[in-house]
Amino acid sequence: MRNAASMAVHPDDCRENPVMEEAAVTSWAAWLRYLLAGTVFGFIAIRSEIIAWYRIQEMFRFDAFHMYGVIGSAVLVAFVSLRVMRAAGATALDGSRIDYPVKEPGVSRYLLGGTAFGLGWGLVGACPGPILALIGAGMPAFLVVLLGALLGTLTYGALRRFLPHA
Amino acid sequence: MGILSSPWPWWVAGPLIGLTVPALLLLGNKAFGVSSSLRHVCAMLPTRLDYFRYDWRRVGGWNLAFSAGIVLGGVVAGVLLANPEPLQVAASTRLALAELGVSVDGGFAPDAWFSLAALASPRTWLLLIVGGFLIGFGARYAGGCTSGHAITGLANLQLPSLLAVLGFFAGGLLATHLLLPWFLGGGGA
Repeated sequence: MRNAASMAVHPDDCRENPVMEEAAVTSWAAWLRYLLAGTVFGFIAIRSEIIAWYRIQEMFRFDAFHMYGVIGSAVLVAFVSLRVMRAAGATALDGSRIDYPVKEPGVSRYLLGGTAFGLGWGLVGACPGPILALIGAGMPAFLVVLLGALLGTLTYGALRRFLPHA
Repeated sequence: MGILSSPWPWWVAGPLIGLTVPALLLLGNKAFGVSSSLRHVCAMLPTRLDYFRYDWRRVGGWNLAFSAGIVLGGVVAGVLLANPEPLQVAASTRLALAELGVSVDGGFAPDAWFSLAALASPRTWLLLIVGGFLIGFGARYAGGCTSGHAITGLANLQLPSLLAVLGFFAGGLLATHLLLPWFLGGGGA
């Protein structure tokens, strides 16, 4: 068996390469918790229609407020929640200290990678969460999109040392 | 129909999605982000790439369970409790799409590319694979997607996430106003 701790950790990965910091999920109860959290999220994603190609078109054509409202209010609620958790010194269920998600500093990787992502989002009208929800909703075309996304992920892994990240 | 099968307004869905961030941190100190699961799937493959050489079970297990849950949520909301009404689309978007030859068929996405029958066309595959590729490549390059940057990152006031979101939006505008009309006009044929 490979020793995870001895494997390469790229300095620009941060939380992206959580090899060093993530505690293993061991119990069935824990697996079930995450499965359930995902189910709730997938349910909301479908019911709010943020997974609809047409909603994404409305957003990028500035024809409807819906997507701006969903993302804006999600950020606001998440922001306030994090503030409250910090102020209250909240800990995780197992009592461990909470690591508030920090992104590695940089400019080019975020602008370039973000633009590539946006191009794909605009074309197929779904980001990774919605792709999965749509597969569940019975749209097999999104299995092809998922295949493309896995190929893109593999390609990034192969080319990353040639790409500007700073 | 009941509230479980009719569409939810933004002011219900947005705050609930926002609560996913504290929920995952409290459940097990996990950062809400879906696209990392793509990396964990690639880590299952026998590649020699450093980027994928880690213990995906230990690191990504929770994320894969969460992702499987999203598919399950799609089954529950999209199949078992499917909304019987056709999707409503803003009149101005409907008009702009009609000019491009894209119809509104009542489903989540145009049948012309996203129905099972559409997969018979190589051009459909081109659109779906290229679109998916850009999403997967871009999400890893930028270190996150809509959930990781636009929601989690912005909520924790991360400047990199703001840059990524600017990129998401610039790319989306380019795709909507340049790439899609070009493709629909026969480009890439």
